[in-house]
Amino acid sequence: MSDPRPQGKPEKSQATIIEALNMALADAMEEDANVLVLGEDVADPEEGGITGGTKGLSTRFGEHRVRSTPISEQAIMGAAIGASLAGYRPVAEIMLMNFTTVAMDMIYNHAAKLRYMSGGQTHVPIVIRTMTGAGFSTAGQHSDYLEAWFAHSAGLKVVAPATAADAYGLMRSAIDDPDPVLIIENMPIYWLSGERPQKGHRVPIGKARIAAEGSDLTIVTYSGMVHKCLAALEPLKAAGISAEIVDLRSISPWDESTVFASVEKTGRCLVVHEAVKPFGAGAEIAATVSQRFFGRLKAPVDRVAAPFCPVPFSKPLETAFVPDPKRISEAAIALVTGKA
Amino acid sequence: MSKSNQPDAPTQVEIFRRMALLKANDERSRKVLSSGRLVMPYYSYRGQEVIPAASFVNLTDRDYLCTIYRGIHDMLAKGFPLKDLWAETAGRAKGTCKGKGGPMHLTYPAKGIMVTTGVVGSSMPIANGLAWAAQLSGDGRVAVATFGDGASNIGAFHEALNLAAVWKLPVIFLCQNNRYGEHTAYAKATSARRIADRAVAYGIAGLHVNGNDPFAMYAAAKEAVERARAGDGPTLIEAMTFRFFGHVFGDADKYMNPQDKAAAMAADPYPAYRTKLISGGVATEADLTAIEAKCEAELDEAVAFALDAPFPDPEELTRDVYGAVA
Repeated sequence: MSDPRPQGKPEKSQATIIEALNMALADAMEEDANVLVLGEDVADPEEGGITGGTKGLSTRFGEHRVRSTPISEQAIMGAAIGASLAGYRPVAEIMLMNFTTVAMDMIYNHAAKLRYMSGGQTHVPIVIRTMTGAGFSTAGQHSDYLEAWFAHSAGLKVVAPATAADAYGLMRSAIDDPDPVLIIENMPIYWLSGERPQKGHRVPIGKARIAAEGSDLTIVTYSGMVHKCLAALEPLKAAGISAEIVDLRSISPWDESTVFASVEKTGRCLVVHEAVKPFGAGAEIAATVSQRFFGRLKAPVDRVAAPFCPVPFSKPLETAFVPDPKRISEAAIALVTGKA
Repeated sequence: MSKSNQPDAPTQVEIFRRMALLKANDERSRKVLSSGRLVMPYYSYRGQEVIPAASFVNLTDRDYLCTIYRGIHDMLAKGFPLKDLWAETAGRAKGTCKGKGGPMHLTYPAKGIMVTTGVVGSSMPIANGLAWAAQLSGDGRVAVATFGDGASNIGAFHEALNLAAVWKLPVIFLCQNNRYGEHTAYAKATSARRIADRAVAYGIAGLHVNGNDPFAMYAAAKEAVERARAGDGPTLIEAMTFRFFGHVFGDADKYMNPQDKAAAMAADPYPAYRTKLISGGVATEADLTAIEAKCEAELDEAVAFALDAPFPDPEELTRDVYGAVA
């Protein structure tokens, strides 16, 4: 994949996803003194994060509220959980999604469950920011999509924006939320420009968006794959196929009603995600849609996802790993025409 | 020990009261479990009562506690109401956690009891967060994480101590060294001669104290609380004690050295402290007998309340997974 970073600055009416996330954090911190940011390198002396996502925040709000941490994921999550129990709203950055594995006890056994295990006496209003995605040759421990692990965990919410406006709106909703929310940021689309979000904009968690309207099949997707699906529209159009793209935006909870309304119209459903296919989020969506529309679907629900292997390093292998517009359009054509 | 770090006479009696409650509660728990009227995973703390009883008289209700599955003594010493505790351990709707947490996840924020974890080592990183909140708000609160000797070998311990040191957090890491991590003896699992020595690695104060001596324990905790409240950072306290019974109720404890166990039980700190208070003229036999009788009466009431209370409705199953979004 080529470096998607645009040459030069985006227009004023535009913002990149990483800028939108930064704006969301700044606006939330300005409005609510209880909002905190912590994580590796997040403060300005450490350059506001390795991708600059938190740049400017510590200078503006102080290093007591925007705190660079040791490389200690359990300590980061524990600090966020504890501070949230005392009324703060910490946004904890776990630099890369693979590093959440180091903090899984804190995330899964504690953040997700303290509300339930305490019978509602305590709750953990934290946001966990994490970036991931193949495309930068970062191989097996820096690129994975593990959203199914978290979506499988009662007590957690999982969101994955694909545009600047949604990045801003979901971050604001995640900070407002009374429970732990994991926000998955696709690194290869960080510098993609889109409409500049309005200050205070919120995207409700659990609400999908129609990224493209169509009538022959529904493509359900999220995160960076939204853009691969949009790029598949052109070859599909050439094949005479009109696809509707549902950008879930939230993976848990996911917007069943928007997906159902679309499949009601198209009668066909293709799920696309970058995570490996077996036991992925696509399996849950496919099972739910298949049960709901049993006997009424024009074709079995299909999935396009990464093969069941770790993310490879070598460029041709990495390219083959990530679903691309060609694979997506081929699967969509096969679904509509019945020809594999 | 400086004079100012000795508990005054009323505090000495208060430490005894808490010890008496803790000991009686453990004995009652084992008795009720043996009778078959209650089923729960139970981790006896008998032998370790002095540590929270003498430490927590230095705390207020507003100070935070993160404890562990072997932590009912910590919670009672921090003021967890007995009836609510028993109702929760019996899985009843009137338990503080509506029967959804049980003995390993007891929670009571009104007394600062914020988290009880069933995962070894996990009390410490969360206590840091509570201490960070106290530091940010300047409210003077202190966070205490309790844990066992076994937990000093898990990564969370080291991450938490390091972060607490670099952020100078008002937190106390209170290790109850009862000589066994589950079934494995200290020396077989722990490289350090003393866990308190591990404080050196993080540049924080480390205190090695006889956790069965109420005065020594009180003084160590007082020093740590004063350090935290003054903004001078964390303390690691290693309180030496001995677990009288196996890891979990029903465990035959064959892995414990019988001589060590017999010696520890012969040196039970409870009767020793009782005798000391009487011989020192701090309390009379009648005073202490009255305290013990009151504990038993409270337990009678708590156990009856818990065992007679209704179980949760099935609808409770999926409540409290998420809160309402504003």
